[in-house]
Amino acid sequence: MEFRRGSNDDGLDRRFWGRSQALWSAAKREGRYPSLPNDLLYLSHWFSSVKLTQNSVIMPDTHTLVNDFLNKLKKRKIEGSKATAKLTAELLRSVISQQRLPNTNQAGALIHAIKAIGEQLTTANPVEVAVGNIVRRVLHIIREEDVSLTTASIGGLSLQGLSDDEEDNPLVSAAAAAAAARTTLRPPSLQTLLEDMTPHSAATALHHSSSSAGDSEDKTKSTDKNSRSRKLKHNVIETVNELIQDIATCHEQIAEQAVEHIHHNEVILTLGSSGTVIEFLCAAKEKKRSFRVFVAEGAPRYQGHTLAKELVARGLQTTVITDSAVFAMISRVNMVIVGAHAVMANGGVIAPVGLNMVALAAQRHAVPFVVLAGIHKLCPLYPHNPEVLLNELKSPSELLDFGELSDCMDFGIGTGSPLLHVVNPAFDYVPPKLVSLFITDTGGHNPSYMYRLIADYYSADDLVLQQRPTS
Amino acid sequence: MIPPARHASDNLSRAVGMAVPTVSQLRVHPPVDSLQAGSYALSDSVFSASPTRSPSSRIGIDGEFSEDSANWIKRDNSGRLTAAVPTGVPDLTQSIEASNNENNGEVVGGPPQKNSKLLKAKTTKAERRALQEAQRAAKASAKAPEQTSKPEKQANQKKYVSQLASSSVVHEKKGGDKPLEKDRKKDMPPPRMQFDNKSWVEKAKKRSVVKQTEARNRVEIFRHLPQYERGNQLSDLGSSFFQMGDMHPAVYKVGLQFLAGDIMWSNTRCISMLQAFQKVIEDYSTPPERTTLARDLTAKINASVSFLNECRPLSISMGNAIRFLKARITKLTLAQTESEAKTSLCSDIDNYIQAKIVLADKQIVIHAVTKICDGDVILTYGSSSLIEMIILRAHELRRQFRVVIVDSRPNLEGQQLLRKLVEKGLSCTYTHINAVSYVMHEATKIFLGAASVLSNGTVYSTVGTACIAMVAHAYHVPVLVCCESYKFHERVQLDSICSNELGDPDVIAKVPGRTNNCLDDWASKENLQLLNLAYDVTPADYVSTIVTEYGMIPPTSVPVIVREFGREHVLI
Repeated sequence: MEFRRGSNDDGLDRRFWGRSQALWSAAKREGRYPSLPNDLLYLSHWFSSVKLTQNSVIMPDTHTLVNDFLNKLKKRKIEGSKATAKLTAELLRSVISQQRLPNTNQAGALIHAIKAIGEQLTTANPVEVAVGNIVRRVLHIIREEDVSLTTASIGGLSLQGLSDDEEDNPLVSAAAAAAAARTTLRPPSLQTLLEDMTPHSAATALHHSSSSAGDSEDKTKSTDKNSRSRKLKHNVIETVNELIQDIATCHEQIAEQAVEHIHHNEVILTLGSSGTVIEFLCAAKEKKRSFRVFVAEGAPRYQGHTLAKELVARGLQTTVITDSAVFAMISRVNMVIVGAHAVMANGGVIAPVGLNMVALAAQRHAVPFVVLAGIHKLCPLYPHNPEVLLNELKSPSELLDFGELSDCMDFGIGTGSPLLHVVNPAFDYVPPKLVSLFITDTGGHNPSYMYRLIADYYSADDLVLQQRPTS
Repeated sequence: MIPPARHASDNLSRAVGMAVPTVSQLRVHPPVDSLQAGSYALSDSVFSASPTRSPSSRIGIDGEFSEDSANWIKRDNSGRLTAAVPTGVPDLTQSIEASNNENNGEVVGGPPQKNSKLLKAKTTKAERRALQEAQRAAKASAKAPEQTSKPEKQANQKKYVSQLASSSVVHEKKGGDKPLEKDRKKDMPPPRMQFDNKSWVEKAKKRSVVKQTEARNRVEIFRHLPQYERGNQLSDLGSSFFQMGDMHPAVYKVGLQFLAGDIMWSNTRCISMLQAFQKVIEDYSTPPERTTLARDLTAKINASVSFLNECRPLSISMGNAIRFLKARITKLTLAQTESEAKTSLCSDIDNYIQAKIVLADKQIVIHAVTKICDGDVILTYGSSSLIEMIILRAHELRRQFRVVIVDSRPNLEGQQLLRKLVEKGLSCTYTHINAVSYVMHEATKIFLGAASVLSNGTVYSTVGTACIAMVAHAYHVPVLVCCESYKFHERVQLDSICSNELGDPDVIAKVPGRTNNCLDDWASKENLQLLNLAYDVTPADYVSTIVTEYGMIPPTSVPVIVREFGREHVLI
């Protein structure tokens, strides 16, 4: 319990670490393993206490930050996956920067902390998958940074070992470390395969790069660890910053590709409103492409009106149609361009309500159905019954006046069976077979390729954020 | 000897208005009538030189019209005639007399000319009949523009006669195979008014009663459809009531109701129109001049039809009903007295309403109710009187089922249906059309109404129906379209663009429950158009079955119904 209080103190942490280290080394010296029950008990206690305290490791201000964000998510105060993603990333960045790390297994601790927060966040709004995506991205970043650091240090250590005792064959271990580093850090290519054959060059290269780790001694080990922890944190935060930057600029990167897809005199249909779509269309317009846009208004929120206004302000020929006229008009449309809420690993799309209908109509008339999605919308999960499970029912007041039919409306509290039930879902699921193309900030992709793209951004260990309840 | 069918008679039949192709009318062939039939049926037939004046233009007693007519004549003259002298509008009665005189002269003068020519050729039985028909046609066409001014009349007549003479050979040829051609020609739907054809529009405008100003931001691909400013039509029309001496008040009332959107359902629209015509017929008396009831009444009905068409484009079912009525009028024999004819016509209309609409609905309800079982979830779109009857009947039969009502802007008709069903104690689910994929999982059957079923099996219905049918098709839910067979039409259509109706674009900009809409000032932005489409076309492959009073048929059988039963109300 004393530990929990002091867990924020790095010094205390280190003290415990030192103690357990001492226990282990003493046990080794004596040629025995820590004696049961005392020593082991102590160790296990230590481990469990680490686990227990992970949640409270967060500084109070981070705590309030997280709670604020949780509240906002729960109350659906944050609109749009981009905003959510950005806020999540920023929150996680501040959490990481204020997180105290133990000396061992820092990455593990960090991952644990982030996972704990991620779990809270995703349960706060399970439909907004962007939150989970960003949490997973951050976890992946931590893992990658950790791997790169450890491979660097392993390389350094093994090289150090090379100078210490010559009789072993340290070259092999160094080579193995280098290979490990390569496989984790570099994409597989013919060159890396060939480099595996010539470990010497890799080893020397590593030697140069890890010179800082090379001169460490037993005495300075703790300070080195400290610097390593700082380094991990620093690297992670830097990469998270990049991520935030990516999210902020994803519109522009997607819009850059607009000219390749929109040609003169084309007729483009879109439904509802999406920031990405506005940017995309306007980018094409700025490149002197003249085309017309049909905007389906997107009941019940009628964001299409906003979109139309925006497009007209930028000088685009715009026609607003009702959602019901989509099928009638699609035969004159060259391309459907829409935004998405989330892209699942199978290439299916969680999209604003109504888009499944549009996609079906587009398929019927062989009109390309193009989905614009920033990388933060890629979700590594495979959807199961997404129409229901990844959906959200909004207020019926958007469809009906409460006044006139309130006595028979389904409030969920009535005694008798309600007569009237108003369904107002927020999202549609568009299966991958209806999608012609995804345009992400990294280019255009087939729906069938999404799983691979997703594998680049997430590590398989993080797919499930929910932790098993520990008894 | 049957010469190949390549002649003006094709044009003739095309010239006949939407409501025309009946045998008798073809024979009589009043091209003017066809043109009167409204803005949706004008053509460039061989007779186009004949005065294309609709009776509705007679209404113009005011100065504005006279100017118009003078212009019209001038243009006509400059275009085709050199001899005619444009005049102002003479006294109405005078002009009637004059034109009647002219008619007589023409009837006497025209045919002999032709006769002589024709007699030179071999006169077979068929040819003689053709001759008769041509004569009749000539008579009718000369008769119809009774009230146009004199000089124009003369000029037109001259032209007409000369044309007749020159085309007499063609007539002769046509005569030979007329009996064979009849059916085919009759089946051919007439062309519809194309509003992107400027001269066409100009002509239609001259005739129009309702003052239409063209909408500013017109949707480019719907230029062929009328796109007019809304809003002030109703008040304009209301104030101009006393200037329309010819229009029967009943027709006028119905027209205003159409314009205001008080009558929405196609069945009620059709019935109210027919009942208005009934009143017109009841109050009708043949003018003392030597015109027959059939012709004058047809002209009168045509005027009313074009008036109603200007108020709101007529639906296909209404076109069918008008066609029926005209066929009945032309069927009247001269032996009947006026009162006899009138009572027979009125009872015909009553019978039509009863048999084709009321009883047909009952029969359809009987058929369709068998498809609603316990535990069903019936999904329907918008509001259709027929569907409502079916659902209520099933409820009366104590079937346990649930109804999903899908609705869409701008009319939100589904709310009316919802109110009625909830009142009766049915449990309903209400949603908007975008969420149809979400509710489609629970639906077991889709019941849809239709404005018309075209002979290639496509269902012409309220906009959005196609979306519902498509999603249902994707989710493998059977789609039942309920439609009375009087709404079937031999026209074919592949997309919703070629023929449609455009509603008021302003309602799109207004979102219910919002005070400030972001598209309020849409008309001032030239790049922005609002499209309020009224109908769409559901491809036949989305429709599982069409429930008619004759039973449940696949969409492929629609042409059979059209052929076997469509003629019935025309020929009986």
